[in-house]
Amino acid sequence: MSVIVLAEHTQGTFRKKTFEAVQYAATIAQSLGTSVTAVALGNIAESELQGLGQYGAAKVLHIADARLDNFSSRAYTKALVAAAQKEAAKVIVALHDVSGKAVAPRIAANLKAGMVAGAVSHPDLSNGFVVKKAVFSGKAFAYVNISSDVKIITLMPNTFAVTKGEGSAAVEKMEVAFDDKDFGVTVKEVNKVTGAVPLTEAELVVSGGRGMKGPENWHILEDLAKELGAALACSRPVADSHWRPHHEHVGQTGGTIRPNLYIAVGISGAIQHLAGVNGSKTIVVINKDPEAPFFKAADYGVVGDAMEVVPRLTEAVKKFKESHN
Amino acid sequence: MKILVCISQVPDTTTKIAFADNNTHFNTQGVQFIINPYDEWYALVRALELKESGAATAVNLVTVGKADAEPVIRKALALGGDEAIRIDTDSSDPYVVAAQIAAYAKAENYDLVLCGKESIDYNNGVTGAMLAEMLDMNYIGFATKLDIEGGTATVKREIEGGEETDASSLPLVVSCQKGMSEARIPNMRGIMAARTKPLKVVAPADVQPLSNIVSYELPPAKTGVKMVSPDNMDELVSLLHNEAKVI
Ligand SMILES: Cc1cc2nc3c(=O)[nH]c(=O)nc-3n(C[C@H](O)[C@H](O)[C@H](O)COP(=O)(O)OP(=O)(O)OC[C@H]3O[C@@H](n4cnc5c(N)ncnc54)[C@H](O)[C@@H]3O)c2cc1C
Ligand SMILES: Nc1ncnc2c1ncn2[C@@H]1O[C@H](COP(=O)(O)O)[C@@H](O)[C@H]1O
Repeated sequence: MSVIVLAEHTQGTFRKKTFEAVQYAATIAQSLGTSVTAVALGNIAESELQGLGQYGAAKVLHIADARLDNFSSRAYTKALVAAAQKEAAKVIVALHDVSGKAVAPRIAANLKAGMVAGAVSHPDLSNGFVVKKAVFSGKAFAYVNISSDVKIITLMPNTFAVTKGEGSAAVEKMEVAFDDKDFGVTVKEVNKVTGAVPLTEAELVVSGGRGMKGPENWHILEDLAKELGAALACSRPVADSHWRPHHEHVGQTGGTIRPNLYIAVGISGAIQHLAGVNGSKTIVVINKDPEAPFFKAADYGVVGDAMEVVPRLTEAVKKFKESHN
Repeated sequence: MKILVCISQVPDTTTKIAFADNNTHFNTQGVQFIINPYDEWYALVRALELKESGAATAVNLVTVGKADAEPVIRKALALGGDEAIRIDTDSSDPYVVAAQIAAYAKAENYDLVLCGKESIDYNNGVTGAMLAEMLDMNYIGFATKLDIEGGTATVKREIEGGEETDASSLPLVVSCQKGMSEARIPNMRGIMAARTKPLKVVAPADVQPLSNIVSYELPPAKTGVKMVSPDNMDELVSLLHNEAKVI
């Protein structure tokens, strides 16, 4: 018996969200009296794999097939199912991100395993296997019991703090017999926004709405984001008017984010917008209208003109950083 | 080429969420139901465009739900689509939903199955990929663009921090999101036509749920916003550092 976790990496490097998933799996393993086996796919150095021991992995199964360097939901599923069978896994953990959402449900269907998608708690084992997740686009939570023998969880990234410990994981190579069908989807082109923090992983987010008046004013948000090391987001009409790229649109029909800090500038706070951001730990609202509905969902509010307040905030952050270095 | 579009019914986006029976059930009293926006605006409209351009020959709709889901599936038929299938069962377990659709679709030889990126009620985002595994098909998630030419699908999809363009042979399952197409409004002709379009009700396959919702909870109310003077951004920074501890 063991707990398996998919250890996603970006071109051979693990990111924080993977450490979070490994540590989450380790906590579950501990309460079940077993250990964690991480599964890593494609080209990645042994030292990087051993490092997962610092987050609680006892062992890493490495399937080094070069074809796995490109994501394939079928091949990843086959690899994870093989690993789960080899380790007699009772629980399989992946992240609730683009890759995890394409693989975990396939594994669930393959193994006939019940799943919770987007978990925000550890399983409560006192009465079954109950996991908390957000429903109704963040307007509520549900406690879901998984009744199948094997259980699958995708963890909402940025839910738990990560703490680095000691230890080195034992790395074991594993072979899986893939066939052509497993690589039936081929990648033609990749366009990555280089250098920027991916919005879904960002701990700090600066977001702008129609109150910014036009794309020509976005530089003040960019300056603030740069000073904070934050990612940029926007409301739907902003993306619809092509002031900002679509991938920055958050809300019910855009992305869902849960950063530590969400700064909303010139956004009214419509319920469909809140649906994508109300999991944020702290919300700051800057709006010239004291009656803007967003203030009801905010922790800190500033009534004022964005064009004046934002540059002042940027200055204050700069001053703060200088005095804390 | 035959397309199947998966349609789920969800509470309107402005619904105030409340629970009944000691927080064990979603209280549907007074709730307006709509087609899940991703299914309507992106999956369905893109399927219709593919038919209009001659790339597809048929667009069928499927929903897993009880009779109360019929107004919503009729609305989907009014937008277009040739016929609708309702699988007569109810479940919040995603495995059951996918297995029911798979049991129906297996014999029908669809070339393309389109669904939304997630339903806005249970926010699972898993049905498409589960269905792909059950039907032994390729899967591409979070698609923002889809074209079919000569039996090959070219799909643009979201990845972490960017976009990727993939190619896949058919059959294929695609989950759709913003970018795919522009929303349409049903017109009078469509609404009239939908009245006579076939809506088949099929009995559910024998599938046992693998999960169940034990209870619900509303998030704790915000304790109240703390207002900061627009002339004192140093104070805001200090609150974010010392009180909220986020910077
Ligand atoms: C089914 C459905 C799905 C939707 N999905 C989404 C979604 O995913 N995401 C989303 O964002 N919206 C979504 N919407 C739209 C949503 O209802 C709102 O229309 C939208 O969020 C409003 O965007 P906004 O706050 O930027 O603009 P507005 O509502 O126009 O608000 C602009 C705000 O800026 C303030 N302002 C103006 N000038 C200044 C200034 N100089 N300084 C400071 N403040 C200023 C104003 O007081 C106002 O509060 C959806 C709607 C529907 C029906
Ligand atoms: N009951 C249902 N009937 C038909 N299709 C569904 C149903 N539930 C979900 N889907 C489809 O699966 C997609 C993802 O839903 P979910 O996995 O529930 O978040 C939706 O956008 C629909 O296209």
